Amino acid sequence: MSTLERPARTPRRSPVSWVRRGGLSNLLFMLPLLVIFGVFSWKPIVEAVVMSLQKTNLVSPATFIGLDNYVKVLSDPQLGQAALNTLYFAALALLFGYPVPLVVAVLMSEVKRARGLYSALAYLPVVVPPVVAVLLWKVFYNADPTGPFNTVLSWVGIPPQPWLQSAASAMPSLVLEATWAAAGGTIIIYLAALTSVSPDLYDAAEIDGAGIWKKVWHVTLPQLRGVLLITFILQIIGTAQVFLEPFLFTNGGPANSTSTILLLIYRYAFQNSLGGNYGAATALSVLLAVFLAVFSLIYFRLTKSWSSE
Amino acid sequence: MTSTTDTPAPPFVPLGATVMTEPESGGSDGRGPGGPGGPGGPGRHGWRGWRDRRRARRLQGGPDAGSTGDRGIISISDHRRPSIRRTTRVVHGVLLALLVVAGLGPLLWLLKAAVTPTQDTLRTPMAIFPNGIDWQNLVTAWTTIHIDVQFLNTVIVAAGAWAVQLVVAATGGYALSVLKPRYGRIVYGLVLATLFVPAVVLLVPLYLTILHPPLIGTSLLNTFWAVWLPAGASAFNVVLMKRFFDNLPREIFEAARMDGAGPFRLFWSIVLPMSRPIIGVVSVFAIIAAWKDYLWPMLVLTVPAMQPLSVRLPALQQTIELDVYLAALAISTLIPIALFVIFQRLFLRSAGLGGAIKG
Repeated sequence: MSTLERPARTPRRSPVSWVRRGGLSNLLFMLPLLVIFGVFSWKPIVEAVVMSLQKTNLVSPATFIGLDNYVKVLSDPQLGQAALNTLYFAALALLFGYPVPLVVAVLMSEVKRARGLYSALAYLPVVVPPVVAVLLWKVFYNADPTGPFNTVLSWVGIPPQPWLQSAASAMPSLVLEATWAAAGGTIIIYLAALTSVSPDLYDAAEIDGAGIWKKVWHVTLPQLRGVLLITFILQIIGTAQVFLEPFLFTNGGPANSTSTILLLIYRYAFQNSLGGNYGAATALSVLLAVFLAVFSLIYFRLTKSWSSE
Repeated sequence: MTSTTDTPAPPFVPLGATVMTEPESGGSDGRGPGGPGGPGGPGRHGWRGWRDRRRARRLQGGPDAGSTGDRGIISISDHRRPSIRRTTRVVHGVLLALLVVAGLGPLLWLLKAAVTPTQDTLRTPMAIFPNGIDWQNLVTAWTTIHIDVQFLNTVIVAAGAWAVQLVVAATGGYALSVLKPRYGRIVYGLVLATLFVPAVVLLVPLYLTILHPPLIGTSLLNTFWAVWLPAGASAFNVVLMKRFFDNLPREIFEAARMDGAGPFRLFWSIVLPMSRPIIGVVSVFAIIAAWKDYLWPMLVLTVPAMQPLSVRLPALQQTIELDVYLAALAISTLIPIALFVIFQRLFLRSAGLGGAIKG
């Protein structure tokens, strides 16, 4: 790397003057980053694209097969179902998970005493390791009439629900847990943004005769616009890659109602009795990445004028 | 710093503790080691100390207080009206109740179920100890099921990942921000570019890299290196570190160079000691991420004796009895919760900071 840089600055350079100018120590400090990112980030990203054009299973040597992996993945009958399920998860997650943290954060920002207690309580589920959270909720979702959730429902006269056992209620159950696990982080982000809203704006709104609701609608929410736009796209990108919940709660069942894109990728690569179909797995992951990149690009283009004002 | 000396030991504690006593710095204003300036002083952790510090800060008109004043959406004159005061009080009460039920409820249930016999949990899950407490569950989970091994593995995984991430981010951030070699811009651009690649794209190639790592020749499968090393490739950490270093005053570096300090001395004696706040933040991110990770350790640590808790617990659910299983779940939650309670402010600030960087 250093040899590339040398001729540019002064015409007469030797390795000795390069070392004397600090080139060696610069490189030494850069080395851990270059090695770790090189081996575990940059090289795998390039390899992913290459592998998606190859037939590889570690048994026989890799051969280039053009776009065959992409054709195979796109014509897989499971893809449609997995894509629809992922969309459904993302849509439900928006429905449950997008408004709740906002409302809670706005209410919390008005708490004067012991706000730290409120924040801590809201953030607590985020601290629980995700695997533990899923396994614990799996116990909660016990579909027997004596399951924890069904017991609570019986107190208010609601009959036992099948939760994870039926194709109709499995996905909403997954989303409910995912929302519980993630809402705290979003609440804290909104709270941080809310404290930076200038009080002058509220003063000004009051002089114009605005009540509390008008202040929320015309001052608070517009001031949060930037954060709201970002959390929206981050949530989409996150939910498009949901793996843990469908994998641990239902493993895609019942009747494939919770199989997602990532579950499909995982199965191509690691649950194949014929040896991993690594080409198909990387092809689908590259497709997902491209889709998300295009989606984000369009999203930011569309919302550009809206967020900058 | 005084608060660091009396704390026994896990390597990340002193760093975190130091950050706790910093005045509200927002993580990147470059005030560096301004002494344990929080009025709470050393050792005043927990709720009381937090409140005192916050109050004092408000009185001093620190950055936090300065921007918000004491008002929010509801004005002071609004507050004088009894109807509004009553409504807000009710709303806040309901909010607190909901947060307790949603945030604390499931965990309290887990704690209860961990020491309840299986049949009680199955028949009357919401009853509180109908047939007494069974402490034996915890002992069985720890010794017979050997959660202790998994627990130790989790600590090893987290500690190693933390160390690798810190070394990469600190040296890389220093080189990019302070030393600034000519190729630095290209390197930083490439680091930033990885932020836009979803992790799933790396899954398979990274797995194959672990099977056939370059230069080493033997597979890293079922070694802790397989988890530690890839953790270091976190662009987020490098960005955080570099931005923090960018805000440190250049005059100090110049003065140190005048006094003959080389790049290593500058790094070790000047930059690192000034960077405790950001090291604390990166440490929190690193340890939490390592504690949470599931898919990757599941793929590369296939031997149960090496698996961390998160990987082993799902496998246990079919094989052991419910009460012991729940005890194991409770034990796995304990350390993260304890860390959170101790370093609450650092956690919450890091979470807010994450939003600020993304935004």
